[in-house]
This record gives sequence, C-alpha cells and structure tokens, in this order.
Amino acid sequence: MGSANTRPAYRDAHGKIDMDTLLVLALLLASVWTVSTARLLRSVIGLGLTSAVLAAALFRLEAPLAGVFELSVCAALVSVIFVMTVAVTQRLTKDDLSARQRQMLKRSWPIPLLVAVVAVVIFRHRTPANPFFATGISTDVRSMLWNERQLDLVGEMLVLLAGAFATVMLFKEAKK
Amino acid sequence: MVSSLILAPIAVLVIVNLPALRWPKKLAYPSALFLFAAQTLLAVFSPKALIYAGETSFLSLKIRADALSVLSLASIGLVLFVVALSGRVFFRDRQVRPDFASLLLVALAGMNAAVLATDLFSLYVFIEVVAITSYLLIAFDKKSPAMAAAFQYLALSALATTLLLGGVAIAILSAGTTSLDGIYAASQRTGSSGLLTHLALALFGAGLLIKSGLVPFHGWLPAAYSKAPAPVSVLLAGIVTKISGVYMLFRVVLSAFGFQPWFREVLLLFGAISIVAGAVAAIGENDFKKMLAYSSISQVGYIVVGLGCATPIALAGAAFHFFNHAVFKALLFVNAASIENRASTTDMRELGGLSERMPFTGATCVVGLLSAAGIPPLAGFWSKLMILGGLWYAGYHGYAIVALGGSLLTLGYFLIMQKKVFFGKIKDGLGGLGEVGRTLCISQALLASVTIASGIFFPWVLQTLVLPIGTLMVK
Repeated sequence: MGSANTRPAYRDAHGKIDMDTLLVLALLLASVWTVSTARLLRSVIGLGLTSAVLAAALFRLEAPLAGVFELSVCAALVSVIFVMTVAVTQRLTKDDLSARQRQMLKRSWPIPLLVAVVAVVIFRHRTPANPFFATGISTDVRSMLWNERQLDLVGEMLVLLAGAFATVMLFKEAKK
Repeated sequence: MVSSLILAPIAVLVIVNLPALRWPKKLAYPSALFLFAAQTLLAVFSPKALIYAGETSFLSLKIRADALSVLSLASIGLVLFVVALSGRVFFRDRQVRPDFASLLLVALAGMNAAVLATDLFSLYVFIEVVAITSYLLIAFDKKSPAMAAAFQYLALSALATTLLLGGVAIAILSAGTTSLDGIYAASQRTGSSGLLTHLALALFGAGLLIKSGLVPFHGWLPAAYSKAPAPVSVLLAGIVTKISGVYMLFRVVLSAFGFQPWFREVLLLFGAISIVAGAVAAIGENDFKKMLAYSSISQVGYIVVGLGCATPIALAGAAFHFFNHAVFKALLFVNAASIENRASTTDMRELGGLSERMPFTGATCVVGLLSAAGIPPLAGFWSKLMILGGLWYAGYHGYAIVALGGSLLTLGYFLIMQKKVFFGKIKDGLGGLGEVGRTLCISQALLASVTIASGIFFPWVLQTLVLPIGTLMVK
C-alpha cells in the first residue's frame, strides 16, 4: 500500500487516510452494527449496507464483476427477501427474546472453539507451495469467472432465476 | 450430447419465460414433460452413447457421464416426469402451472449439472441450485406449515452448505485444485498422512449426511416431506435428497477422496443406525406421508451401508437401490397424494377400507411396499440382495443382520399401513370417494410398471446399468 517505510500503511501518497482503509473500517462498523442491533429490520439494513460497502471495495480492487454480484444479489435481492420475511413474522416478547438468546448462547458456544481448532490444523498443515496460488493461474476475479469457471456462472444464473421466480410467487400472493 | 442435458432445460426455461410474450408460457408444461421423458429414455436405452462420449469441455470446465451418472440421470428424468404429471392435478390454477414447470426445469438443469460435473466447487454450486429450488417448491402453495417446513429445511441446509464450502476450501489447501481427479491424485499421494484431505472429507461428508437426512441429521426431513405440497413431496423423496445428498456421497468417495477406512466405518455406522431408527419411527407414525418420510431415512440407510461396504457388488447394489428407492418411494408418495386428493387427509386414523373405493391406488401401493420390503421378484429385492451379499462376503456379518432385520421391520410397518388405509371396513364419511383421475393413475401405473419390469428383467438391468457401476471402484 505504501512505498516509503516512514509512511503508515493506512495513509496514501499525499498523507491522507487511504480510501481502502476507510472502506475496511466502514465494513467493520456496518457488520458490527448488523450483528449487534436488536431489531431484525435494522439488522437487514445493516447487512445491505455491509454488502454495499463490500461491493465498493471490490470495485476498487478491480473486481467489478464480483462487485456487481455483491451489489445485485447480496445488497439488493437478499435484502428484499429478508425484508419480506421480517414483514410476515411476529415480534417476540421480552421474556421470549431473552430465553431465546440464552438458548442460542448455550447451543453456539462450541462454534468459536471449533473454528479455532480448524484454523490451527489448517495453518499447521498448510501446503507451503500450493499450486492453486502459484503464478500462472489468474487471481483476477473477472478472468477467473469468465475464463475458468463459466459452468459455475451458469449455476449462479440459475440461482438468480430461482430467486426471480420466488419474488414473482410472493407478489402474486400479495395481489390476492 | 452430454452438454445438451444441461443446456436444453436452460434454453426451454428462457424461451417459456420471455417477458414480452405470453404464448410460450403455455408451452412450459408440455416442453418440461418432453424433456423429462426424453432424458429417461436416453439414459435407460442408450447409456453407452453417454458414457462413450467421455470427458467433454463445457463452458471452460469438464463434464463427464459414467455409469453412476447415467443411472442418476434416468432417475431424475423419471421422477420429474411423474412430479410434473401429478402437479397438473394439484396446481389447477393456469397462472401457477408455468411457474411450477419453470422451477422443475431449474431443478432439472441443476441436478443434471451436479451429476455431470467433475469439479468439487461446481458440485457445491449445483447442490445449492437444487436446494434453493427445493425451498421454493416446498413453500409453493404458501400455506403456513409448508412455509415452516421450508424454513426448517433452509436452516439445516444452510449448516450443510457451510460445511460443504469449508470442505471445498480445505480441499483447495490440501490438493491445490478443485478438480475431482486432482483431489483424488492428491489423496492417493498423501495417503493416511494427509490430515487436510481427511479434514476436507470430514466436512464435506458431514454436510452430505445432513443433506441425505441420515440419523441423527434427519430433523428437517419428516416435516419437509410431509408438509410440502403433494407433488413436491414426490420430488423431495424421489430424487432431491438422493442427488444432493446420496449421489454426492458416492461421487466424492469414488472420484475425489477414495474409500478412506475411517469414512467407510462412519458410513456403515450411520447407515445401520438410520436403517433401524427410521424403521422404528415409521412403525409408530400415524400420518401416511410422515411414515413414508421415516421409511425414506431407513431406505437411504441401506444405500449408505452399501457404499460404506466398498466392494464392487455392494456398491452396484447400493446404486441400484438408489434407483429403486427413487421409483418405489415416488410411487408410494403418489399413492399418498392420491389419498390426499380424494380424502383430504393423510392421517391413517381417519382412513380405512379404501381399496374398495380406490382399487387401483391400493394395488399399486402393494407393489411399492413389497419392493421397499425387498420381496422377490420386484426390483427392491435384487438391490437389497446385492447389498446384503456384499456385506456378508466382506465380513460385515453384524451389519448384514441389521440390514436383514430392517427389511423385516419395513415389511411390518408397510403392512400396518396397508391394513389401516386400504383394508377392513370403509370409514364413515369416506363412502362417497372414488378412484383418482386419469393423470394420477397414469403416474402410479408408470412407476409400478418400472418397479415390476426392473425386477423381472433384472439380468438386462444388471448388465446394462448396474454392474458397470461396480467397476468404478477400479480407478
């Protein structure tokens, strides 16, 4: 990010705070807000915002296709589906909510432990020269998707089509 | 020709949903039926044409049909054909039918691509296509119980998805590629010392056990099967769970990670537990569709035990049971759908003596249950015999006895069902019922005929479709 050793990594050549750093900070703030807010609707908005910031970061990283996918699918389509779901659910009472939170906490305590164990195993046993990351294989997302993973793009398109049918189904019901 | 199995449904899907035109929508149903029938006939009567086409480049990745893919393609085409037929009865609204046919086409494209893919990440992508289509189809009639079942399926499926994606990521770290051949080569190279390979297999395997609905990962399955609209229950029980769970287990073991000894033990153990637990739960169940759902858990247990046995004969038997279970379970769910269509309930306590009023449904139900219980000469007998024989000769006598006992339990709970629903005096309020219409009768007749024919013509089926699967073990 910087060529001179004296300049901190988060500042650009003009000494101003780097845009990428700002985006990462915004991403962090938006995601923390998403998981910490008590209201589902705010959480959905936070998730949409997180996706939008991530899309901006992807555009800056010269991965416009990934940015478009992130913006259209995660920030737009998924948010719409979540808002619809929230609209048809009922609010829990305070007692129910705290009971549910305690239950969730009880069930999910092994997850960080599991993640830590998996991380340790991966880093201890990682292959030093992994051909996947070797030069010669493109790390550009556009090239990766269009030149090497076209079949997977067909899958993504089918997912989008299924999402479109779902939205049509829901609107048909709303008209009735 | 192989790539057309993926391209044709997508092309039809796009044409029938062109936004500016209305007339192509009318073609959605007949063209979907045509594609399903054509695929079944192609896979059954011309398997060598598909297999000899070899590995072909398709959209920058490789696709390939082997003997296992061909049997799966036949199952997919047949079950989707029956689902589309029965959908005509249950979704009478002409506005809704094209959406249903379109979702079936998305499912067809997703399942075909999953069956033909030779890349672990592509497998993951297309499993997701099938899963998303399934959520939508379960909730298709927008009734509350179906919505709840769809959400339950989505929640557990999301967990499975996370595990699968974790498995893919670790496979990349260990093998440096996502191609199945590359992962297989890396797992052979590292052998038992490749910890990351084992971790990838463990994560991928755990995700697929959830998708297969094996005990103790079966929580989502009874609700999803019983609360979904009747034709969707046929689809889920007949093929979706098998492709997104069981087929993928076959594929990752045969083509990517190999028969790792510890994973074989896991498959044998979970398979045997599922055979017994599914059968015991089915005995105590009063709802016809839920009973069939528990029966599915038990029958999938047989397939997984056959895979875990890892001998060519057991493997071929397991794959044949995969096909048989798709057919006879689809038949039994069409029977349940027929009863729901006429009596508006599937609660067996409210049913009785229906064979007087619905003789054709009663008779085809007998064919389905006898095949499920492994009674000769029906197809289920031969596949179970191959699995049992494979287990016995491989030295797994305990598992063979469990499988045999499970078959007796299967016969027991199905006879109880037949007695409660079809035999005895007709229950009050059911006297005015009649046989279901032509469309559902054709669906039943088709599936019953396939069950009987693949049992009677077993030597031909064995030589053409089943035995070549056993040879896949020799790589």
